[in-house]
Amino acid sequence: MTDARIPAAYMQPGISSFSDFLSEQAPDLLPARRSLPAGSAADLAPHGTTIVAATFPGGLVMAGDRRATMGNVIAQRDIEKVFPADEYSVVGIAGTAGLAVEMVRLFQVELEHYEKIEGSILSLDGKANRLSALIRANLGMAMQGLAVVPMFAGFDLDLGIGRIFGYDVTGGRHEERHFFTVGSGSLFARGAMKKLYREDLSETECVTLAVQALYDAADDDSATGGPDLTRRIFPVVWVVTVDGGRKLSDEDVAEIADLVVAGRMQRPDGPNAPLLSRGEESR
Amino acid sequence: MSMPFYVSPEQLMKDRADFARKGIARGRSLVAVQYADGVLFVTENPSRALHKVSEIYDRIAFAAVGRYNEFENLRIAGVRLADMRGYSYDRRDVTGRGLANAYAQTLGTIFSSGGEKPYEVEILVAEVGSNSDEDQIYRLTYEGRVADEHGYAAMGGDAETVATYLGEHYTDGSSLDAALAVAVAALGHATEGGETTDRVIPVGDLEVAVLDRTRSQPRKFARIMPARLDALLGDRGPTEHAPAEHDRIEADTPSLDAPSPDAPQDSGEPPVAPPP
Repeated sequence: MTDARIPAAYMQPGISSFSDFLSEQAPDLLPARRSLPAGSAADLAPHGTTIVAATFPGGLVMAGDRRATMGNVIAQRDIEKVFPADEYSVVGIAGTAGLAVEMVRLFQVELEHYEKIEGSILSLDGKANRLSALIRANLGMAMQGLAVVPMFAGFDLDLGIGRIFGYDVTGGRHEERHFFTVGSGSLFARGAMKKLYREDLSETECVTLAVQALYDAADDDSATGGPDLTRRIFPVVWVVTVDGGRKLSDEDVAEIADLVVAGRMQRPDGPNAPLLSRGEESR
Repeated sequence: MSMPFYVSPEQLMKDRADFARKGIARGRSLVAVQYADGVLFVTENPSRALHKVSEIYDRIAFAAVGRYNEFENLRIAGVRLADMRGYSYDRRDVTGRGLANAYAQTLGTIFSSGGEKPYEVEILVAEVGSNSDEDQIYRLTYEGRVADEHGYAAMGGDAETVATYLGEHYTDGSSLDAALAVAVAALGHATEGGETTDRVIPVGDLEVAVLDRTRSQPRKFARIMPARLDALLGDRGPTEHAPAEHDRIEADTPSLDAPSPDAPQDSGEPPVAPPP
């Protein structure tokens, strides 16, 4: 006779992590628990590319381009790579798109699950550490070419500032104070951010900075998509402040992207930074 | 050799039901009321940490009376069931009906199994839809019976008195402050030996939450903190704490951290789901 009641494990108090619960009750649902045959799977699935993030007083901005590639082919023009993790944090993904989206879904449930079971929100460092664990569990797949390298950022309610965390494939995390980039175009985006970033940017200026950096990444990296003027596809931009995270509307991003493109019509390499820093360090 | 006494199954079930009913009747009442924008939950609970009303999923909330450790286990099981289902299928596939079924099976099995003490709990599972016709309130009893409630539901200590009061004063599609006023008045209403008394419950002793379909986030559950509660209820005259003989279950015990009536109202709790 089968028992219709809820299984005893569900009633057991003590575990507030959803992924720990899954690993006991339904391990096949965990993205990292699948075994792959030997060999590289890198060319089998679409890859997402560049994500940038920067902080401004009172919050942070995270933006991602819209291209997914499979070898030399553009797999998708309008993929979204920046997602809300909970009300006060966002996560951007680079690497194997399918696995990364699944990891983000697990991460979102993980944070919400903790919040509901414990009745309080995890600290920002706690959230960043949980993401580390999820990435580390994926190391086996990363070694077969299916790497996922997210970037996490959120508003720290205790400190009152925006914070950015970068990761490597082994789950190692490091905090960036001002800005950070990941993905294939990240080197070019980082170069642009180095020259343009200031600590006193307003929210709109910070969004403009992100769009400029993505433009530079798309300029030199074939896997990063620039603003698509004919189809009106522009980067996905999230802003997180003390009021929580919100996605900028397509119109708002389009307005900023149009200004950036108009500037590039005059000077294709983008705004000039001065050769020598004036007075004290600007950053 | 000792011979066990014969107990008829009717007597056995009746004893178990009496046991569970007695446990539940010692706690305070809880009401759920439908209003224009969703479902409102109100109960008298001075504790700020041990909740009787909580979030299960985007559109689903859970409310319970009775023994705290038992309904807390059921709540955690509900959160896990919902998150598991939402993760393996889609968020829209998590329904209040499915959850109510799982609870009914569990409570029913525990009640009729000889080896276990029946749960001394009554629970509500509510789900908001896109309009008030699609709202659902399920009330589950200790023996796993499910009732589909419309408009309002009451359970716990003086459930009958409270439900009668609600039946006389409830109106469909009222605003949040009107629904809240009726619900709070219903909880303060008591009948003893044919005499009715009306008590004004202090704001600090109330636990209030809503499933609000107008909330912009996908998660529709929000707690209403004392500061906002004060504004919604307005001036109600002198207030009075509950009589002490009602206190038994943990969540009902006037705990040390409960604000005294004259202390400044505390709204500094980290918002689980911040009020809109």
